[in-house]
Amino acid sequence: MKNLIQRLVEITGPSGYEHDVRTLVRGEIEKHADEIRVDALGNLIARVGSAPTRSATRGKRIMISAHMDEIGIIATHVDKDGFIRFTNLGGVYPRNCVGGRVRFLNGVPGVIGQEKAGAQEAKPLSEMYIDVGAKSRKDCPVKIGDVAAFDRPFTDLGDRLVSKAMDDRIGVAVGIEALKKLEKTPHEVYFVFSVQEEVGLRGATTSAYGVDPEIGLAIDVTGSGDTPNGIRMEVGLGKGPAVKVRDGGMLSDPRVIDWMVAGAKRAKLPYQLEILEGGTTDARAIQLARAGVPAGCLSIPCRYVHTPSEMVDYDDVRNAVSLLVEMLSRPIDFG
Amino acid sequence: MTDIPEFLKKMIRTAGLSGYESAIRELIEEAWRPFTDELSISRIGSLQGLKRGSGAEPRPSILIAAHMDAIGLMVTRLRDGFLHVTGIGGIDARVLPGQLVTVHGRETISAVVVEPPSWLLPPDDRSGSTSLGGLLVDTGLPADRVSDLVRPGDLVSFASEPVMLGKEQLAGHSLDNRASVAALTHALDLLQTRDHRWDVWAVATVQEEETLGGAMTSAYDLQPDLAIAVDVTHGKGPGSPPDKTFPLGDGPALGLGPNVHPGVYRAVKAAADRIEMKTQLEAMPRHSGTDAYGLQITQAGIPTMVISIPLRYMHTPVEVVHLKDITRTGRLLAEFIGGLEVDLMKKLSWDEEV
Amino acid sequence: MNLKIGSAQIKLLETLCAATGVAGNEGAVRKAVLEALGDAAADHTIDALGNLLVIRKGTRRGRRLRVMVAAHMDEAGLMVTGDDKDGIYKFETVGGLSPAQLVGKHVVVGKDRIAGVIGFKPIHLTTASERTSGVSLDSLRIDTGGAANGKVKIGDRAAFSPNFAVLGSGRTRTLRAKALDDRLGVATLIELVRNPPDNVDLLAGFTTQEEIGVRGAYVAANALDPDLAVVLDCTPAYDLPHWEEDEENTRYNTRLGAGPAIYIADKGTLSDPRLVRHFSETAETAGLPFQFRQAGGGGTDASGIHKSRAGVPSISISVPGRYLHTAASIARVSDWQAALQLVHAALSGMNPSLLSLERA
Repeated sequence: MKNLIQRLVEITGPSGYEHDVRTLVRGEIEKHADEIRVDALGNLIARVGSAPTRSATRGKRIMISAHMDEIGIIATHVDKDGFIRFTNLGGVYPRNCVGGRVRFLNGVPGVIGQEKAGAQEAKPLSEMYIDVGAKSRKDCPVKIGDVAAFDRPFTDLGDRLVSKAMDDRIGVAVGIEALKKLEKTPHEVYFVFSVQEEVGLRGATTSAYGVDPEIGLAIDVTGSGDTPNGIRMEVGLGKGPAVKVRDGGMLSDPRVIDWMVAGAKRAKLPYQLEILEGGTTDARAIQLARAGVPAGCLSIPCRYVHTPSEMVDYDDVRNAVSLLVEMLSRPIDFG
Repeated sequence: MTDIPEFLKKMIRTAGLSGYESAIRELIEEAWRPFTDELSISRIGSLQGLKRGSGAEPRPSILIAAHMDAIGLMVTRLRDGFLHVTGIGGIDARVLPGQLVTVHGRETISAVVVEPPSWLLPPDDRSGSTSLGGLLVDTGLPADRVSDLVRPGDLVSFASEPVMLGKEQLAGHSLDNRASVAALTHALDLLQTRDHRWDVWAVATVQEEETLGGAMTSAYDLQPDLAIAVDVTHGKGPGSPPDKTFPLGDGPALGLGPNVHPGVYRAVKAAADRIEMKTQLEAMPRHSGTDAYGLQITQAGIPTMVISIPLRYMHTPVEVVHLKDITRTGRLLAEFIGGLEVDLMKKLSWDEEV
Repeated sequence: MNLKIGSAQIKLLETLCAATGVAGNEGAVRKAVLEALGDAAADHTIDALGNLLVIRKGTRRGRRLRVMVAAHMDEAGLMVTGDDKDGIYKFETVGGLSPAQLVGKHVVVGKDRIAGVIGFKPIHLTTASERTSGVSLDSLRIDTGGAANGKVKIGDRAAFSPNFAVLGSGRTRTLRAKALDDRLGVATLIELVRNPPDNVDLLAGFTTQEEIGVRGAYVAANALDPDLAVVLDCTPAYDLPHWEEDEENTRYNTRLGAGPAIYIADKGTLSDPRLVRHFSETAETAGLPFQFRQAGGGGTDASGIHKSRAGVPSISISVPGRYLHTAASIARVSDWQAALQLVHAALSGMNPSLLSLERA
């Protein structure tokens, strides 16, 4: 699975420009899905199983959502000396930018600098620029509207994996693996590899309307509280996948929480309960789709979220796959 | 009778920034011609109208000054088709963004004062409000056209149209002090049918907003025995402290303080009482902020008085006056002038008891 | 077809701009649009939020794309919230209006269009520090003069007084008015409804409540259920000089006179790349000027439309305007005309294959 993760995280795919990620995902799942389509915004929607009957023990229509996009930047101006001005696509923090590298969709690499180079603190993005080695506006290979993502190689630390875009390619990897391993399901499961999560859950909003699920589950990263003087949070790396109870945008449906916890207990998988005080996931959008959907989130604990070096625990990842397969393999009774 | 609101609207539409009053002067000249015996223009541009009295010569004379100049802006430099400006008269830069203006260049050009986005402003202007120096004037014209038509030193006047608020109040720029010019015109109009023994010098003064220079120089030249400055004072209204302001529609405010001769004050108050006119008392502890400040110390000194019309939002492009206060001020002036006795100057004394 | 902006179109824009259409109370604008459209609006509905939806089906045989074209009727304005007596009223802003832009302005209040002004403390009564601090909304009032007492009610809307003007001439003819955002879009959409391309079903949405959160367009898109959407709006041109002579203005958003602005990304929408390509290629083919709006903040009706139902590929095209959301905004006739021609040409060049490729 490490190989799959590496291939996924190394793709440049900022919000709205997830094409190359989608191509890879489709190649991986094509043989395993019963039906695959791409909707108007570019969400890749793969169905596994079907639940046509309406009996009491019937299967459910379930939407699993992992977002393909990553945070990135978009060029707004090329100045006379060939420096590129830019703004963010999603939650890009200035403090993580200076000295960082980016790669544009057309492959052009660049370095981020800031005005008044001697300053101790990070300037706002409007006072930063990207240097692609151009000497003038004319020979700059980037034009207004070109997008880029952070550029940082995948690093395997053994138990721990580090890369840019773990958020949320790790969720995508979990989705792919679970889809592949899900041999039999009583449900109609829609694996949605969604777009534009980082700019406001936009892909999940429209795909949830299109799929019209009865249950929704996002797979995404969450923070961890196990670093020196870190955020105050119970979740830590290596303690199992996290069952989201709430985050900044959503209260998980208690029935979905129970479904996840029961699955973990049954399969004797480690898990932890997650309360995240900021941020949210596709699950929020699913919960509010149409007439409302019971929704929750399977979280992968992750350090240094929205930096170019996001770190996850490999066991947490594999356990997340096992938990998801367990959850989808059995009938669900929400009472 | 002169149609006061129409005359006022005409005056508001006519430019006349301090130091550049010829257009407004021509308009006032036209209005005063039928009401005066002689019209002259002072060396620095004030309009002086003489209406002779019926007393035996040598007659005493009274000078009534109302300044005709208005506040505005002046181009300081051109930048890529935009204009930097400075103020003529006291302008709070916070009233300027979004104001329609006229640029008096080689042609008359419509324009608007604009506040650039913060990142283009001088560093000191990036928080709080933007200083006058940080604002720009945009004509909408391309840069080459602007540099053909405009140069530093060109004047920029307010251009928003005056509007009646209901039937009695008028809103517009430059009502300071065109409202007083209208009151003085009304007084001249009334004096056509009323006997007065004194000579009357009606003077539409220049440059009050900068130096009070128009009133001082005309007084020096005409040597009147008495002088009254007619100006505006702060009207009671939102944003203004109640203790320094006067309700609109309650009649003119009569100034009292070192800039006002107590004897003249008593005489004006008596005139108001004769015609049962409501007036308000305006305390003026120091500088009256009017032409009277210059008039009082001209030559050997002139007994002066200040009569003010309450006006809201002074020095903004939406000054508001009550039309009745204007006509009342005109009537009061006419009554006072008509009642002036030939030997008043002999009886007049600086006796603070009012 | 080569649509032009002539004196008739400018006259109509003047009428549209003069109407008060504060978000949530767009009736006067809607009435003006319906009057302007006449028979062209034979197939129209007015929905629960006041959106005016006009459908003009194409005549060409075969499958036609259902294209929603939206322009918002509302403007940022004021609502009367308190009566201070003597014709003086407290108010709040509706939509993004800076208090600093309200000082010393003429306004019209309510259905009867009562004249009022927003005054300001005289400079003589201020302190130096007061003059450098900002302007608080709380310090401002609408003054209608004593005579208007009783004619204005709490809840009445107010907007800047009309002040339409054509500046300059020829190639650089320029318009100055209140509410160019987005009466320019409305006027453009009127021209499209009058001259609909025959190859698509034109679903025109004259929308409401854009300025307070794109509420009208969101439900209009749900009702119209289009294949794709084009939003016509007005976007800021910050193409002013930098105070520092040698500093380049890198955040102009758009430039006046450089043609209609095609959106790639704003805060609310990442435009569909297929449509970005279609519009820019259409412009190039037709020899029409265009510019890409700098990515960044701001949003249009597209932010609501593209997320409606199962998603709608969307793009926004704006006429650049300086000083939007002030009493006097400025736009070029040449940009407006090129926007109209671009959108008409782009719609005329649309066939179902446009969306058969997946979104990039």
